[in-house]
Amino acid sequence: MSTTTTDVHSHGGHDEHGEHNPYHQHHFTTMEQQFDTSKLGMWLFIVTEILLFGGLFVGFGLMQHRYPGEFIEAHEHLKQDVFGSAFPLYGAINTIVLLISSWTMVMGVNAAQTNQQKKTVRYLVVTILLACVFLCIKYVEYAHKFHDGLLPGIFYAHQSEDLIKGTHGYATFFAFYFMMTGLHGIHVLVGIGLLSWLVMRARRGDFTSEYYTPVDLVGLYWHVVDMIWIYLFPLYYLIS
Amino acid sequence: MEPVVTSGARIGDRPRPKKNYLNETKGIWSWMTTVDHKRIGIMYLVGTLIAFLLGGIFALLVRLTLLTPAHKLFGLQVTAETYNRFFTLHGAIMVFLFIIPSIPGSLTNFVLPLMLGAKDVAFPKLNLASFYLWIVGAVMAIASMIIGAVDTGWTFYTPYSTTTSGTVTLMTAAVFVLGFSSIFTGLNFIATVHKLRAPGMGWFDMPLFVWGMYSTAVIQVLATPVLGITLVLLMLERVFQIGIFDSRIGGDPVLFQHFFWFYSHPAVYIMILPGMAIISELIPTFSRKTIFGYRAIAYSSISLALVSFIVWGHHMFVAGQSQLATVVFSALTFLVAIPSGVKVFNWLCTMYQGNISLETPMLYAISFLMLFAIGGLTGIFLGTLSTDVHLTDTYFVVAHFHYVMMGSTVTAFIGGLYYWWPKMTGRMYSEKWGRVTAVIWFIGFNATFLPQFILGSRGMPRRYYNYLDQFQPLHAFSTVGSWIIGLSLFMSAAVLLASLRKPADAPDNPWGGTTLEWETSSPPITHNFEDQPVLEHEPYDYRPKAVTH
Repeated sequence: MSTTTTDVHSHGGHDEHGEHNPYHQHHFTTMEQQFDTSKLGMWLFIVTEILLFGGLFVGFGLMQHRYPGEFIEAHEHLKQDVFGSAFPLYGAINTIVLLISSWTMVMGVNAAQTNQQKKTVRYLVVTILLACVFLCIKYVEYAHKFHDGLLPGIFYAHQSEDLIKGTHGYATFFAFYFMMTGLHGIHVLVGIGLLSWLVMRARRGDFTSEYYTPVDLVGLYWHVVDMIWIYLFPLYYLIS
Repeated sequence: MEPVVTSGARIGDRPRPKKNYLNETKGIWSWMTTVDHKRIGIMYLVGTLIAFLLGGIFALLVRLTLLTPAHKLFGLQVTAETYNRFFTLHGAIMVFLFIIPSIPGSLTNFVLPLMLGAKDVAFPKLNLASFYLWIVGAVMAIASMIIGAVDTGWTFYTPYSTTTSGTVTLMTAAVFVLGFSSIFTGLNFIATVHKLRAPGMGWFDMPLFVWGMYSTAVIQVLATPVLGITLVLLMLERVFQIGIFDSRIGGDPVLFQHFFWFYSHPAVYIMILPGMAIISELIPTFSRKTIFGYRAIAYSSISLALVSFIVWGHHMFVAGQSQLATVVFSALTFLVAIPSGVKVFNWLCTMYQGNISLETPMLYAISFLMLFAIGGLTGIFLGTLSTDVHLTDTYFVVAHFHYVMMGSTVTAFIGGLYYWWPKMTGRMYSEKWGRVTAVIWFIGFNATFLPQFILGSRGMPRRYYNYLDQFQPLHAFSTVGSWIIGLSLFMSAAVLLASLRKPADAPDNPWGGTTLEWETSSPPITHNFEDQPVLEHEPYDYRPKAVTH
């Protein structure tokens, strides 16, 4: 095989302008190539996330098909009494909280791209706070379920007349509820960790319009976490 | 366009660099913290070969138990439970710790960036993380076998797996971790192929090995998460009894099979596609001829990856899925034959009128062609409903998938190991003894598994620890065959390890290969190439060198 050699590309770590960016890894020719590659990797990771949740969605769908009545009765317990009528209050608030956090995330990425470091930190911190609000509400919701004995599988101990213990379907509904919202909650926790890491780096001034890859990628991740919730909310709180 | 120099080995072409990836840094710590794809490839190679040895020992124990119908091992009685553990350990180790990670983790990790003219894979740290996840998964898997026992078979079918005692939960957790190791490897390769090709290398200038591994990586990324979540559900079913797979508490055992095979059928292609990828390199190199039907082979790799996702139901013809689904899955299964056939015919056409030289890797490649043909054709019997009902869960199935998994993939793996060994270590092995191992391998393999086709078609069920007396001659024949396989593998290990005692003697391009990994020194320097290679012609260009210049 014949090859020619070029010394233009032979020294990694320098972009086209010849200036060395400290975050430029040696095996990429340009910063742009490095960014595109990281972004492709993140999209692939997102595909795996969607497939991971996809298995649970399919499982839920099949079990709902098997126990349609039980699932609808059980889901009433996810609603709260609002002015005399049942309404999925916690779920609805959490949906709004996450939607706003998606917006603050977008603004954070935008600020990082345009070299506005203080603004970046501010938006990222707001995103973290919103994520914490989400988890607090989730905690309250979980606490109610624990109190009522609406737990998965063998731990199901609900005593009242409407969801009789031992009937197939109720415990399964709550098993899926805890699995899917729990797995989602773990992703929110991981998101908080990643966002905190970004805040630390942003305060140090790591991100510039030339290098903002981590902000962009965590942003993608955060949108996926939001999007999964957008599907979980109607699935659990609005079925009829 | 400048024609290509293909005059074979170029010994003494240029001085061997003093520093290479093996000796640039020293000490165990420099290996454990390395992000060099070549070193990670070597570590994967050592790890997966240890797993291969372990799985192989259990295979020999299984065969030895079946030597006579008296289910005795060295004079001791083997209980049904012990036998269940033997074949579970054999299957689970071979599938999850050896075949799935071996070619991607070891050979591909080493060769793929070199073939693309890249300095490393796209995400070197993720690559190392993938290896450590493999280690964690392997330790968990082996721990689950030592502290308890797993007797479910590698498929973990419910309801048995939700009710049996033992450490099934730990074992499934191990497979979950190994799955993420596999996902990270696949993700890394996809990004590498997309973004790190050498200047001038378009998609259809890539070596076919890269196409095969790219298809493999697509399956790893798309199928493995589903297995992951299925195993999580299985663990939760055991711990919390959530009522999804166990019919006593309202679950559906067939649902587990659907979930499991949605991953594990594509996983079969995670195992076979890398084998095909290696063969696509060996055949043109040792036939000294441009590959026939380059695009057909490239597309057939991709189409195998896609078809693999729509045929999983053929594992469940008698498991209680609807008759309509059974018929549809059977029809779809026949689609697999098309890309497989395309590949085999193109390889044969490449060899036709080629200048074939029978070095060790080529002997393994030819073995592959014969064994894969048998494995592939017997698959048609199993995809056909009327014959499958008779053959389900017999030794016919065992023989079929061993011809594909072992006869094809492992044969290609060993061939590839011999092929790239000089590049990886800088040393030539004994060609004479290498050839001997290839011949013994071929004889031993057929001696072991051909009788199993006959056993299966006569009704010998799989996973039984005893059998009717009439089956004994064929079982004994098969057991003797397994010893021949063992002999061949130990000889291969000896041949390769013996070469390490010699001083480095391998030329940069011992086989006259045309792909970029042969452009760098043997062993390569840490950053792979002195200068960025630029591709100027299509792959496998074996046209003779132009005389005038």
